[in-house]
Amino acid sequence: MFRLEARPSTPAWFNLALPLLAIAATLVLCSGLIALAGAGVLESYGVMFTASLGDSYAITETLVRAAPMIFTGLAVAVAFRAKFWNIGAEGQLLAGAVASCFVGAIPMPGPLAMLLMAIAGAAAGAAVALIPATLRVRFKVDDVVSSLLLNSVIYYALMALVEGPWKDSFSGYPISPPIEDSANFPVLIEGTRLHLGVVVALVAAPLIWFLIVRTTLGFRIRVTGENPEAARYGGINVQRVLLSTALLSGALAGLAGVGEVGGVHFQVMSDISPGYGYSGIVVAMLARLNPLGVVPAAIFLAAVMTGAEAMSRATGVPAFLSDVIQGTALLAMLVALLFTAYRIRRVGAAK
Amino acid sequence: MRGITKSFGAVKANEAVDLSVAPGEILGLLGENGAGKTTLMNVLFGAYAPDAGEILIQGRPTRITSSADALAAGIGMVHQHFHLAPRLTVLENLLIGIPGKSGRIDRAGGLTRLAEIGRQHGLTLDPDVPVSALSVGEQQRLEIVKALFRGAKLLILDEPTAVLAPSEVDGLFSALRSMAAQGLGIIFISHKLNEVRALTHRCTVLRHGHVAGRVDDPANTTSAAMAQLMCGHEIVPPARGSSTPGEPVLTLDGISTSKHSGTALRGVSLAVRAGEILGIAGVSGNGQRALAEVISGMISPEAGRMTIAGKQVARFTPREVQALGLGRIPEDRMTTGLVTNLPLADSMVLPRIGTSAFSNKGLLKPDAIRAFAEAQIKAYDIRCPGPMTRAGALSGGNLQKALLARELAFDPKVLVVSQPTRGLDIGAARFIHEKFLDMRAKGCGIVVIGEDLEELLVLCDRIAVMYEGRIVGTLDSGAATVARLGLLMTGAEGKA
Repeated sequence: MFRLEARPSTPAWFNLALPLLAIAATLVLCSGLIALAGAGVLESYGVMFTASLGDSYAITETLVRAAPMIFTGLAVAVAFRAKFWNIGAEGQLLAGAVASCFVGAIPMPGPLAMLLMAIAGAAAGAAVALIPATLRVRFKVDDVVSSLLLNSVIYYALMALVEGPWKDSFSGYPISPPIEDSANFPVLIEGTRLHLGVVVALVAAPLIWFLIVRTTLGFRIRVTGENPEAARYGGINVQRVLLSTALLSGALAGLAGVGEVGGVHFQVMSDISPGYGYSGIVVAMLARLNPLGVVPAAIFLAAVMTGAEAMSRATGVPAFLSDVIQGTALLAMLVALLFTAYRIRRVGAAK
Repeated sequence: MRGITKSFGAVKANEAVDLSVAPGEILGLLGENGAGKTTLMNVLFGAYAPDAGEILIQGRPTRITSSADALAAGIGMVHQHFHLAPRLTVLENLLIGIPGKSGRIDRAGGLTRLAEIGRQHGLTLDPDVPVSALSVGEQQRLEIVKALFRGAKLLILDEPTAVLAPSEVDGLFSALRSMAAQGLGIIFISHKLNEVRALTHRCTVLRHGHVAGRVDDPANTTSAAMAQLMCGHEIVPPARGSSTPGEPVLTLDGISTSKHSGTALRGVSLAVRAGEILGIAGVSGNGQRALAEVISGMISPEAGRMTIAGKQVARFTPREVQALGLGRIPEDRMTTGLVTNLPLADSMVLPRIGTSAFSNKGLLKPDAIRAFAEAQIKAYDIRCPGPMTRAGALSGGNLQKALLARELAFDPKVLVVSQPTRGLDIGAARFIHEKFLDMRAKGCGIVVIGEDLEELLVLCDRIAVMYEGRIVGTLDSGAATVARLGLLMTGAEGKA
């Protein structure tokens, strides 16, 4: 028989080892599916690796994909730190995309356009996140449910927009008109898609880390998340902290949408995000809610996504495997987290 | 129990402990907090497997690996925190886990047994009342009946008197004596020496997981001798010198509350002067919690006024009362006082994180926070590896010292504490008491809300008694006795 027993303390190396262990377990578990699809496991993972991280172009593609997940990962990490359960990064991303596209389509000097796009996108994301936070603070509505369901509301509103009033009159497709050329984010390396937004994402991570660890707002977020009762007793306005957290989280998710519009698609369509908002949850969990950990976690998921497409072309394994890997990685990480607080003990039946 | 040893990591919670109870005997199990009493009883009740040693029941070695095993072996336990389903009735709670007759609940059989047990030991309960409507004392009675109902031959009671008024304690004791007289073995866990002396036939004292000694005749052994066994050295209560109280530093005038859980306040007025310790006594659940929460700014009163250091409190928020010079130590250290998952230093600066001492324009001052925590750890002899230790890893006494340090470091004009030494060992309690007396000498007004009358009598200059949300009487320390306070606590005496 086995029994779970509470750990008196957690060894420090665990924090680093756990995500790696979870990823290893994920790859082992998913190898069964690859074998079932009739391909060589090592070969398939090999193709995935070369296609995503094998050369400098592949690396830039992976980084471009990682950027929105860095933002949504940060959004989720910040929110979860305060135990504001923001499952709505997807909707906030879409709102950010719409707002920035709207601004980007107005003729004005490029740098100003980019700045205003970022501001509008962040504001739109924040406004969306404020809805579940307000409902929770005011009426004790469960934020998991409200933020999750809001994703569908925004998704279908966006569909209605691009199918109707905002439909691109030139192409006739259900996509919005493009933003001004001058508002396109500059490409950093000729011949790649590596755009300014990627750098902003990479810089945002340490900034958010600094905010969480070194500012009074971060302190209040941490304390509120860990023990709202003690926070209130200690004079912290818990409701205000939750609302501030929601604004920050929503703004970050909104920036993910801004990057996609300004740096990748230059317009808005209903499938602008392949679930980057939801991936943000996986990223944040793999990072153990540490903003610095969000960067490698997002790069890992991005590599799986880019790699899976190439693997699909080369070996015939369906690219859906990338979704399976993501889901398994989240589950593996949740199981792994259990071992930070508990350990398995054999209960001797022979004794 | 023979040679019981149980370790948690490097800590030996029990080492080679022997303990025996005969039928008809009441055994006292004494020890400070952390001495291993609870661990030992959890081993006996099947919650932990011992690393070594064996349990013999009526001479036969018995393996107990779950509470079901323990119940089957005739061991019943009444925990400090009751395990009852509040929305079910008394009878339904009794019948939980009891196989009925052909898939149906055996209501008639249950009623008969309940009445029988009631007659035998004077433990009467109305079978159809929901548990949520019972008083704490009645819930405890139900727990005892539940154990007897399942045929317990050995009953373990973990600190049963902590939640009772003095008169209820007498009722409990007479029931326990009656059960022992009919051949039941009883283990009575406590750290209140006078109770152990009044009730038990024999006594085993634990210290640091070992048996420190046995007392064969507790009634004729002095409390001092037993205290010495418990903590290994002599304990002298702190002397409360005289002091001349000054101006009132905290006044409440007609404070009434509603819209919160628990007993509401109904027109509470009181005043604490500088250099005075005011005790608030009462059976738990008579509005003490609401009183503490109003004073600390956690809830706003419906009516009434409060002043701190002469200034009227306009907004009842923790920050406001703190800014006016109020220091607060909550009843529940772990849930209200500290953030157990974060470093101790974070909890120690929490109420003042926004002040210039610990932050500047929204940026934390990590060095100042660390230095403050280190200084307090040193000054208060808080035993921990350092300021970055998880707060939850500290023992109760050290946590309480940390909470005291975080308030006293800023020289409060009034200090409000609830249950200051609950769950603390004698040494730590003594330390806390000395700090209170120091503050009193410095002219701080202190309100101690507590259930331990002995403690209040040692510490306080005046003691007010709460009953059903009102203050029903205030006694000067000279006039206060356990008996008089006890009468007030049950609402039997009007204005004293």
